[in-house]
Amino acid sequence: MIKDKYSKYYRSLSWNLILTAIAVSFTPLIMVIGVLLYQFNVSYQEKTQAHLSELVQKHAQNIDTFLTEKLANLRQTSVNNSIESLSNSEVLREKLQNLRSEYSNVFVDLGVVDDRGMQLAYAGPYELKNVTYADADWFKAALQLDMYISDVFTGLRGHPHFIVAVKKHESGRNILLRATIDFKAFNSLVQNLKIGKTGYAYILNRKGEFQTSPPLEYKASPTGYEFFWNAVAKTKNTFIITQRKDESGTENLYAVASLKDGQWLLIVKQQVKDAFSDLNRMQNIAVIIFIIGGIAILMMVYYTTRRMVRRIRRADKEKEFMNQQVIETGKMASIGELAAGIAHEINNPVAIMVEEAGWIGDLLEEEEFAQSSNLEEFNRALKQINTQGRRCKEITHKLLSFARKTDSTVKDVQLNEIITEIVGISSQMAKYNKVTIEMNLQPTLPYITISPSEMQQVLLNLINNALDAMEKTGGTIQISTKISEIEPGHIVIIIQDDGPGIPEANLARVFDPFFTTKPVGKGTGLGLSICYGIINKMGGKIDVQSASGQGARFRIWIPVQK
Amino acid sequence: MNGKTTAPHTNDARIRLLLIDDEEGYVNVLANRLEKRHFHVTKAYSGSDAIRAVRGQDFDVAVLDLKMEDMDGLEVLKIFKQMGLEMKIIMLTGHGSQEAATEGLTLGAFDYLTKPCELHDLIEKIQQACRA
Repeated sequence: MIKDKYSKYYRSLSWNLILTAIAVSFTPLIMVIGVLLYQFNVSYQEKTQAHLSELVQKHAQNIDTFLTEKLANLRQTSVNNSIESLSNSEVLREKLQNLRSEYSNVFVDLGVVDDRGMQLAYAGPYELKNVTYADADWFKAALQLDMYISDVFTGLRGHPHFIVAVKKHESGRNILLRATIDFKAFNSLVQNLKIGKTGYAYILNRKGEFQTSPPLEYKASPTGYEFFWNAVAKTKNTFIITQRKDESGTENLYAVASLKDGQWLLIVKQQVKDAFSDLNRMQNIAVIIFIIGGIAILMMVYYTTRRMVRRIRRADKEKEFMNQQVIETGKMASIGELAAGIAHEINNPVAIMVEEAGWIGDLLEEEEFAQSSNLEEFNRALKQINTQGRRCKEITHKLLSFARKTDSTVKDVQLNEIITEIVGISSQMAKYNKVTIEMNLQPTLPYITISPSEMQQVLLNLINNALDAMEKTGGTIQISTKISEIEPGHIVIIIQDDGPGIPEANLARVFDPFFTTKPVGKGTGLGLSICYGIINKMGGKIDVQSASGQGARFRIWIPVQK
Repeated sequence: MNGKTTAPHTNDARIRLLLIDDEEGYVNVLANRLEKRHFHVTKAYSGSDAIRAVRGQDFDVAVLDLKMEDMDGLEVLKIFKQMGLEMKIIMLTGHGSQEAATEGLTLGAFDYLTKPCELHDLIEKIQQACRA
């Protein structure tokens, strides 16, 4: 019960310690990791966005430059030549040759179209002379402007291309000088733009149609492209950065810039997961550090707390034991004082009684009583009073020697010698009781500093008790000494008899003063309690193990001074 | 009881004894028994009684209990010695108070007995003291 109560206390103590230690060590860990991760997150996002917007701006500029350059080339050709010479297919072919050699085959073909849409001259790989463009969208649009770049379309030839056209006015007559730009060359400007694993670029027109070869996942126009147009219009910026879900539901980072005077949008798209992959890796590392650190802290806390609590527990137990010893010693001392007081008080009346009896005896010797028939009986009664008085005296003497030791001067002694001597004294008595005393003494015991007469008193007491116990049966007393294995730095004396033993109910009380099982008049109940007091004073310990019918075994531990 | 100036001892061979103990019963019975054995006994029931007695009379031997109510036996012993008395002093001590007895011996007491003592031991001790 008591043990339960204590272990509960220590369990709650260890929980308190563990929780406090965990709180104290985890709070800074979480704070440091959290703050660092947040800071890293913010700066990394900023960096990624900055990088992306710079990239998209630069490319938008490049594409714009490419387009205006092509337009300028065409314009130069148109300015430098008359309509007549341009209308000549031979001349046109020569011009195309020049452009192609100069601009690495970007120009596919050249054509001269009059204001009714009739192609007057054509140079290029297709048979397009005398084709009419009167109904073509680009033609209608180009006629309104001096210079024009069309959207990408399939047109007559059946694969995507776009047209660059320049209007030339000469002697009241308008013609368009038209060139087809190689789609592959243009497309490569955008297709080469790759970011990370998932980042790519494409161009959309106002209707949301792809102006470059569409990425794999798109078949038609991407849905929600209006969002980008609205965003660009709203911010009045040529580029924006935004993060939104695409058709497949994955988060993407978009960088958008407007092109070609706001007619096209260059869009760079990268999956958020990819764009911030370093961030994710960083987060993973942080989590791993946190888990490993956390486990280490938990193990450390658990281990140290257990050790600490175990130590506290041991200290508490020692303290309790010491307290108990102090109480026990105090109890013995006060009993001793009480006993001494009583002994002194009893001494006087007993002495008086004995003397009065003696006085009666003196008077009975006078002649007048010599004839009395009861004289003998009187003398017997007086003798009895005297005997009982002497018994009282013995008891008080024992009480007093319990209170103060007759000779407590200490010296260095060899324990085995004292035992041998005491066994010698007791041997006569032992023989009378048919008891054999066996000794099993370890020969090389160190000297101990005790009072030899006190030690003799203890041994004599224990041997006498054993002899008394085996009075009727006879038996064996075994006395052994050795260096204690249980109590380091102690010598242990074991006195074992094979008498009737001590009933369990009495075991706890045998060292109590005045506790005796001997018949009235035979024992004072002080012997063992005197032994207890003496051994305690020596700094040693005495205990007893016994069970009814199995003899008693007294063990005495005496400390060896260093 | 305690006789004053007139001392009946001048031509009396009996040993003049002073018994000092605060246990009246003990003093009385011991006095009776010793008187019967031809001692001349004077009784004193306290230290101050004893001092009064020795002022008026000479004694050969005093038997002094060391543990008394009004005055410690050793105190009485010291006063006797200061008075320069020639009588021998036998102390009675309780069991286990050998320290006091030893102190008494150094103060000049003749010897000590542990109390309660056998009558013949006491008589023997008294006779020894007288012979010394």
